[in-house]
Amino acid sequence: MTTTVPRAARTASSSVRLARLWGGVVTALTVLLAALWVFPLYWAAITSLKADNDTIANPPTFWPKPFDFSSYTYILQNSPLVRWYANSILTSLAITVLVLLLSLLCAYALSQIDFRGRKWLYVLVLVGFMIPFQASLIPLFILINKMGLVNNFAGLILPQLAAPLAVVIYKQFFDQIPHELGDAARIDGAGEWRVLFSIFLPLNWSITVALAIVTFIAAWNNFLWPFIVLNDPPKLTIPVGITQVQSAYGVAYAKTMATAVTAALPTVIAYLIFQRRVTEGVMATAGLK
Amino acid sequence: MLETVSKPGRLASQEKQVQLRRRGVTALLMVAPFVLLYLVFLIYPSLRVLQLSLTNADLTGQGEYVGLSNYARLLREPTFWTALLNTLYFILLTVVPNTLVGLGLALLVTRLNRLKGLVLACFFLPYVLPVSVVTNIWNWVLDSNFGIVNTMTHSTVAWFQDPVWAMPAVAFVTIWWTVGFNILLFIAGLQNIPPEIYEAAALDGASGFRLFRSITWPNLWPVTSLVLLLQLIAQFKIFDQVYLLTAGGPFDKTLVLLLYSYREGFQQQHGGYASTIGVVLMVVILAASLLQSRVLGRGERA
Repeated sequence: MTTTVPRAARTASSSVRLARLWGGVVTALTVLLAALWVFPLYWAAITSLKADNDTIANPPTFWPKPFDFSSYTYILQNSPLVRWYANSILTSLAITVLVLLLSLLCAYALSQIDFRGRKWLYVLVLVGFMIPFQASLIPLFILINKMGLVNNFAGLILPQLAAPLAVVIYKQFFDQIPHELGDAARIDGAGEWRVLFSIFLPLNWSITVALAIVTFIAAWNNFLWPFIVLNDPPKLTIPVGITQVQSAYGVAYAKTMATAVTAALPTVIAYLIFQRRVTEGVMATAGLK
Repeated sequence: MLETVSKPGRLASQEKQVQLRRRGVTALLMVAPFVLLYLVFLIYPSLRVLQLSLTNADLTGQGEYVGLSNYARLLREPTFWTALLNTLYFILLTVVPNTLVGLGLALLVTRLNRLKGLVLACFFLPYVLPVSVVTNIWNWVLDSNFGIVNTMTHSTVAWFQDPVWAMPAVAFVTIWWTVGFNILLFIAGLQNIPPEIYEAAALDGASGFRLFRSITWPNLWPVTSLVLLLQLIAQFKIFDQVYLLTAGGPFDKTLVLLLYSYREGFQQQHGGYASTIGVVLMVVILAASLLQSRVLGRGERA
């Protein structure tokens, strides 16, 4: 800065300085708010690393003095947590793969092949889009029960495949791809399956990955249907299972929090690694993309 | 067959027809798996719930036709009205506040530069947690004896067992859990407003709140209405966090529609009556969805 600053510029720079100060205050407040927002997660995590009588110390300690991992070893040895984990991974992966595959096929046909009844079919899909499965929980349970699929992973998975969301999203993406692209391949003798898997799918790869992550997180977190259809403790998934151990531990907060942290880990890690994809997936499912 | 081969034009059209038929078969094969599951596990139960609501069926689906008596009972049942009013109260406590908090936080996050990703992650992280983890954490944070909130404020309120505080506490946890989703939608909406509009307005001397009121807010309205409607639909179906935090208590103060239906159906074995509540829920949600499709212009693409 030179000493010969014109007066107008000087007042401008002071107002810029004021705006900057104000901006700094707002930024600081935002960061503080964000810290407060994640505080319960931090609190859960450090509680899980405390000895049981330290969790109820007054005044509370904000850092575990000796790190105590005994709650984790305890819950891993004394509850079917590992089993529930395996159940959740298995069923969530199955749901993710099947939802994507079935929706992909259905949406491709709806978008690219002119067959009789296709308009009606899409109307049906859109109507189903609005129907909440929660309203027909009773008939769905009766049906699954009649099929002998209560306490069975097939009974857990099959109803979750009947979700039209991915079909609608895929169809909207396929509709934007020019018809000529597929036609050129068809003239060269490619069948519909070839056209779908070697041309259309690669073009939609990013939305497929985003949908896969969002579908996996949703399947992992699903509570209501697994809660209804699974009763047998060794068959439970993680979100349903941990509600049972909680009552078994009584007031053992460190163990309860260790369970919560363990159950949350996969989706938290998936989110932190794939942040951008999760955002894309959320946008797509909300109809904003 | 052999005769047609001699006529080239016929041949071409026949070949084309075979090809068309083959494409039709392929299409059928492609849609069949999804459509089958969809009809069996979504459409059929949705129609069956209407039929069940006219019977006194139990949880095995056995029952007699009783006409509209379930509906008559519903209207006379004080517990149904309690559940309906509680659901509406929960909607009041969540839908608009969650939208406003989402908008406010989105405005704060978008003006950040370096810390943007980190701060957004802080607000969004709860959204990817399973509901039972969320309720476990808040049961601990708001524990009446040893919870950090009561310890720090010297309060003795048992948040989830208090007749006055139970519902607001559940609503608060819900907002904490789900606001990240709204923030994302608002950020997307904010990014879609062309910066030229702001520049033009700034040249005209507009600033601060004035910019927000005449540019941001009107341009953001489509996203805002989307957020409001998505939440309206979601909150009518509220079950998980209420069941896990309060189980409908104290004294049915947090009993909501889906929880009422669950109690009647799965605990009392009143399949028919529970289906009636399901039908009410479906009608309300379909009405809200239709409103949503109107706003979003979905369904026009069919």
